[in-house]
Order: sequence, then C-alpha cells, then structure tokens
Amino acid sequence: MSALLEVEQLEVGFGSRTSAVRGTSLTVERGETHCLVGESGCGKSVTALAIMNLLARGGYRRARRLSFQGNDLLKLDDRGMARLRGNAMAMIFQEPMTSLNPAYTVGSQMTEVLRRHKGASQRAATDRAADLLARVGITAPGLRLGQFPHQLSGGLRQRVMIAMALMCDPQLLIADEPTTALDVTVQAQILRLLAELQRDLGLGMLLITHDLGIVARVATRVSVMYAGEVVESAATAQLFADPKHPYTQGLLRCVPVPGKQRQDEPLGSIPGTVPRIDPGFEGCGFRERCTFADASCAHAVPQQTAAPGHDYLCRLAP
Amino acid sequence: MTLSASLPAIELKGVHKTFRVKGGLLGKDRHVVACDDVSFAVPQGGVLGLVGESGCGKSTLARLILGLFDPAAGEIAVEGQRVADMDRKARARLIQPVFQDPFSSLNPLARVRDIVAMPLKAQNSFDRGEIARRVDEMLARVGLTTEMGARLPTELSGGQRQRVAIARALVLRPRIVVCDEPTSALDVSVQAQILNLLAELRRELGLTYLFISHNLAVVEHVASEVAVMYLGRIVERRPTQALFHQPEHPYTKALLASVLTPEPGLGVPDVGLGDVLPDPANIPPGCRFHPRCPVAEPRCSSETPPLKPRAGGGVECLLVP
Repeated sequence: MSALLEVEQLEVGFGSRTSAVRGTSLTVERGETHCLVGESGCGKSVTALAIMNLLARGGYRRARRLSFQGNDLLKLDDRGMARLRGNAMAMIFQEPMTSLNPAYTVGSQMTEVLRRHKGASQRAATDRAADLLARVGITAPGLRLGQFPHQLSGGLRQRVMIAMALMCDPQLLIADEPTTALDVTVQAQILRLLAELQRDLGLGMLLITHDLGIVARVATRVSVMYAGEVVESAATAQLFADPKHPYTQGLLRCVPVPGKQRQDEPLGSIPGTVPRIDPGFEGCGFRERCTFADASCAHAVPQQTAAPGHDYLCRLAP
Repeated sequence: MTLSASLPAIELKGVHKTFRVKGGLLGKDRHVVACDDVSFAVPQGGVLGLVGESGCGKSTLARLILGLFDPAAGEIAVEGQRVADMDRKARARLIQPVFQDPFSSLNPLARVRDIVAMPLKAQNSFDRGEIARRVDEMLARVGLTTEMGARLPTELSGGQRQRVAIARALVLRPRIVVCDEPTSALDVSVQAQILNLLAELRRELGLTYLFISHNLAVVEHVASEVAVMYLGRIVERRPTQALFHQPEHPYTKALLASVLTPEPGLGVPDVGLGDVLPDPANIPPGCRFHPRCPVAEPRCSSETPPLKPRAGGGVECLLVP
C-alpha cells in the first residue's frame, strides 16, 4: 500500500525572485507524526501550503510526485482539490485568532465544513460539532457553539481549530506551528490532545515547528529543513542520538536544556544568518555558516545514508 | 567599594497596580489587577528571571520599574533612588529596556546609527564627536559593523535588529537593563547568539538584569534567581538552582513540568492544570491558584496563603511547610 502522503522533489517559487522550496521529499504514513523542523524562512510552511495547493498568488509549485492516498494531487483541478481540503486532508494554523472568521460564531464555522463536504443537515452538523468540542476537552460545548472567536481564550480557540479540522474525519492533518502562540502550560495540553486524537483516530500528521523540544516529544520521524531543502531526515530517536548534518548538530547545541548547561558556559550558537536563496542557487545552502565547508560545497551536494531511513545532504562521510 | 555597591540595584516594596478596563456601552468597568503587593530586591550584578503565563503581570512589572507606569501603591527604587522622584533623563542614564519584538521596537524610518544615538541626543549633554565615538564603540561591542550603522532596520535580520536594540539600551552606560522577552521572536540559533551576548555584556559592564521570559530553559541559563508570577503576585521566589531542583509551589512545578526538553521518548507531560483559565479581572478568593491547582484542599479556596520565607526568597502556598 502506498504511503498516506508522498512528496518527491517538491519545488516552490514566487515569481523569478525567490526560490522557497528546492527539491523537498518526504512521506507521511498513516498513524505517524512527521515533524518538519527548521527556522523561519526555511520553507516549512510553504511546503505545507504547496501540498494543500494554497500558495499565494504568484507562487508556483513543481514536483516529481505529489500524491495523497495514492491519488496524484498535481492532476487535480481546483474543484477537486477543494473537495479534499478540510475533508480528507485538514490543516491547523498557527494563529487561531486570524484563521477563524471573527464575524461568525464557532458553531456556524464548524458546521459549514460538514454541510459543504458531506451535505449534512444543520442539525446533524451541530450535533457533530458539539461532540467534537467535547472530544477536544471543551466543557459546555453548547455554549461555545454560540460564541464568537473573540470571546474565547487562545487555548480554547486552538481547540476549536482542531475540532473543526476533525469535522470530516480527515486522514491527514497538517498542523503548522499549532502551539507557538500559546503559553507553555496550554501548549502541553494541546500537544497531548493532538497525540491522543492521532492515536485514537489513526491520523497521519505533518507537524511543522521550530521547537526541537516538541519534535523530540511527539515526532515519529523528523525532517530538518534549511534554506528550502530537507537537509536531514531520520527516525526521531536516531536523529537526536546521531545527527549527521552540521546544521542539525548546531541546532541541537543551541537549545538550552534545564539542568544540562552550566551558567558560565556560553550556549552553542550558529554564527551568521539564513541566506536568501535566489533561483539558480547551487550547492549547500548552509555552507556560509558551516565550519566544515570547503570549495566543493559550492557544487552539487551528495545525499548520503547513515543508516536505513536516515538520510542527509552533506559531503561529510557518515 | 562605593556606597551604592551595597544597595540593591532594584528594590520593590508592596507594589500594586490596577488597570480599569472600560465595560463598553452597558457593561460595568472592570478592574484588572496586574501587580498585587509585589516586593523583592535584586542585588548589584544579579539577574532576576521573571516567569509566568501571558497576562500574569510580568510586562506591567517591567514598565513600573522603567517608570513608564506609576504604581497605585508601594515603592520602587533603583540604585537606592525612588523611580518616581527621578526625571526622565536621570532614569534613562540608570535603567534601560530591551523589548521582545525588534520588528516593532525600532523606528523603521531611522538609520541604525541614529537609533543608537537617540538616547545620547536626548540627554542634551554630549557633543557630536562624543556621540559618534560612543555609537561606533557600541555598535562594535554588540557585533555590528560600522557599515550596518547606515542601514534601516528593515534591511537587517531579526538577530541583528535585537543587537541594535541592545546597543541603544547600553549606549548611555546604564546600570540596569530590563529585558522583556528579548529572544522570543528569534530563531533558536540566533537566540543563543543574543543570550551569549547579553551574558558577556553583563559580566564586562557589571550590569543588573530583570529578565522576563516564558521560556524556563532560557531563564535557568541566564538568571541567578527566579520569581514566578501568577495573577499579579509573586508566588515563589528562590535562587535559580533551588527553584529548578526543588520547586515548592504547585504552579512552579506545573510550569517546570511543561518544559519540553529535546529528549526523545518522554512524550508530552500531563501538567494537570485543568481547563480553568486565570482571569485577572476576577481573582479567586483564598489562594488565587486554587481553581487550577492539582493538589488544592478545601481551605485553599478561603484562606489567603502567607509568605513562607526560604533562603533567598519565599513561597506563598498553604500546603508547604
């Protein structure tokens, strides 16, 4: 059986100026959480939007393969894609305040999804919405259905977003920084909820985050993105135990871990900043910041395998 | 040693601050308690980490210390002088802020050099040569080139902008810097650069920091002592090591439990705080944390917890000895 989501050599650009994603490949299996991790501007959110065909005007995508449940997404027209979106593949965004419509009640936004995709009656849709609100840990769902987004706290809004994404029993959930705007205490609650739902419903999840703590705790598999490329991909434990790409290694050294660092010791850091990638850029995007870089890094970079399922893009030997 | 070296760098005694929020056309005005009887002292050269959830009053406390708000009651002193008695220029020479978002805290139409020079110009006591010399020195000190001085903030990366904000804060050679979430808007690799820079500057210039962050791992790395704030009150304050190794307040424990360290296989912890969210306009009686406390007893909803002293601080909970 094919994987739930297969992306091969995805390229995304905006006009002739910026190349946002340069040949990204990843797969999401049923029941697994694949984390796409990287810093701002590395192309992780754009990858998600390209998969959903939600790129801003002027953006283009190309891929060798882009398939969902074995169906070729590249061949689908806008209407075909609209039938999938919010239905079999759903998305949760970072900022629930801006992704919920402030002018409609929670109930009307939630039921619209089911009525549109499944032709359900208002009554059946309302019942399902109330069930799902309860399922995501919202007390008094009946009351919440009649409220507007501004009447809810950030954590509640994010729960509403999750419940809304689940309305049509999706197979794939794409979550883009779902907890970044929340307090750490609420973040833990939301992540637990997502993990639980995923286990119970057998969802495949593509989770986009910049937080290595979240990756370590929830991911089955991790892809590290830098300057539009997946530079390393491995099972979670493998990646944290034996990172191969200098960028992954640097990123792991930057994270302060309680009880592990001495105060008078500086944190590890990566000098420099992320480069701007123009179309036609060649070689390793990290070479300007990499201590191991040499002249060959300006040319094509080999993809190497450190262990089965653990690939990385770098000239350095495993 | 001068006399001022023995004074605490920052001292708060019984500070209160309440805001009135208009209730709209028919609604009643609501009183939001941002600071409730806050007292602490930070010694010269110390770093007090201030942690708590959004809306707990951390940023209000920072603005009170900076003199941007007046407290409703209580005393705030920096280097032994009452903040309320100082004029703006004197305050600026002593205490300076670094804010969270370097995208909105820098004037987008001003060149970096002019942004850094502004505090010097505002003092009206430096000539042009002196200003230029100090700005150059400061830019170099925070790791920016002279060439970057001619740029606009929009032409810089997030990390570089935060370096500009730090240069602007330090150009008057203040004694105290209030850092309000200085790295929250930055990527991890850049966050580490900025934290290392702040630590270096503190050591070299003998600065005192009030360091506000919601990231406990960062606070543990930079702070010498930590205050945990909940709905306007400091519910626990201890030296950093003690707080991280033997937290006493159930809220501190919950905050520490929510830190997701990059250790695979541990899963996401259950912090046990429930769904009741704190509302600063409607503070619960008794211990204000009791509706969310996983170990609350019946008396917690009626008795106000007293401050129980600890080495280098204290804790406000009825259930600890």
